[in-house]
Amino acid sequence: MHRTKVRVASDLLDANETIARANRADFDRAGVRVVNLMSAPGAGKTALLERVLIDGVGELRVGVLEGDVQGSLDADRLSALHVPVTQLNTDPGFGGECHLDANMVRSALGAMELGEVDLLVIENVGNLVCPAEFRVGEDARAMISSVTEGEDKPLKYPLMFRTCELVVVNKIDLLPHLDFSLERFLENLERVNPGVEHMLLSARTGKGVEGFARWLTAVAGGEAAHA
Amino acid sequence: MHELSIGREILETAVHHAEGRPVLLVSVTIGALRQVVPDSLQFNFAILARGTVCEGARLQARLVPARLRCECGHEWELHELSFLCPRCGGGRTSVLDGEQLSVESIEVEEAPCTARR
Repeated sequence: MHRTKVRVASDLLDANETIARANRADFDRAGVRVVNLMSAPGAGKTALLERVLIDGVGELRVGVLEGDVQGSLDADRLSALHVPVTQLNTDPGFGGECHLDANMVRSALGAMELGEVDLLVIENVGNLVCPAEFRVGEDARAMISSVTEGEDKPLKYPLMFRTCELVVVNKIDLLPHLDFSLERFLENLERVNPGVEHMLLSARTGKGVEGFARWLTAVAGGEAAHA
Repeated sequence: MHELSIGREILETAVHHAEGRPVLLVSVTIGALRQVVPDSLQFNFAILARGTVCEGARLQARLVPARLRCECGHEWELHELSFLCPRCGGGRTSVLDGEQLSVESIEVEEAPCTARR
């Protein structure tokens, strides 16, 4: 027996990028713009979508692809608002992945009526680490950081905070009850992703949510589109 | 925690290139900006590799520091987590190095010519 060295030189994310580009091409053909919405569990992704969908995003027809490890609790909440929702579980067959990757989204394309929406919001699995690594074919990426998570999060999860075109600071109605320093959070954000767009809102009270609706409208109109 | 996902990608790549031969060593390059914890990656890889041609293989990681460049011309190696230029304080910086995540090579055990004694 002897050792042989095999040259590989394979970028680990190449396979995912290739499928993400195929997804993007399909979305483009259908005329659908796509937002990848990410956050830690419980930061308010579904709550923000509920709020923004109740009020409506102008004339836009919005669909949601709901990524969860298990169950359809979030999809059920959003279906009640009469928007097209597709549930994508990462558990059966995927080994309970903690994120969506391009291939999982690809597997759900057949179940979506892309012709019926102008904007698709992909609600990723709640996680500040893995979703940052995997593009899924989106035009823009947004993340939510809620004030209850603490002001140090940009420094702890720079990959996530750097990968997004928009950082939403949620639950600002709780600020009077917390030690959270908004100033320090924004300083940390600036250190990690200088100049990134951010907005403050409360999905619970609705304050500032119109800003998020405007951002979605801009993405649907082809602005803020990511290369 | 993304060490599990990354470990799985590494394993799939190594198994693919091994073409059935037992793998002794997997060499990977990891940029500092990927925030991979090498010990955790080793641990996850070892578990994932069980029952595959990579079982027992050593995972050797080459870590590449992050280097940034500011539009003012300053280049520096990132030590503390700030993407603002330490010279001019500006935020228009680009990443020169440190985003790699790749399998460079594997070493496999090759059976010699099959002649029996």
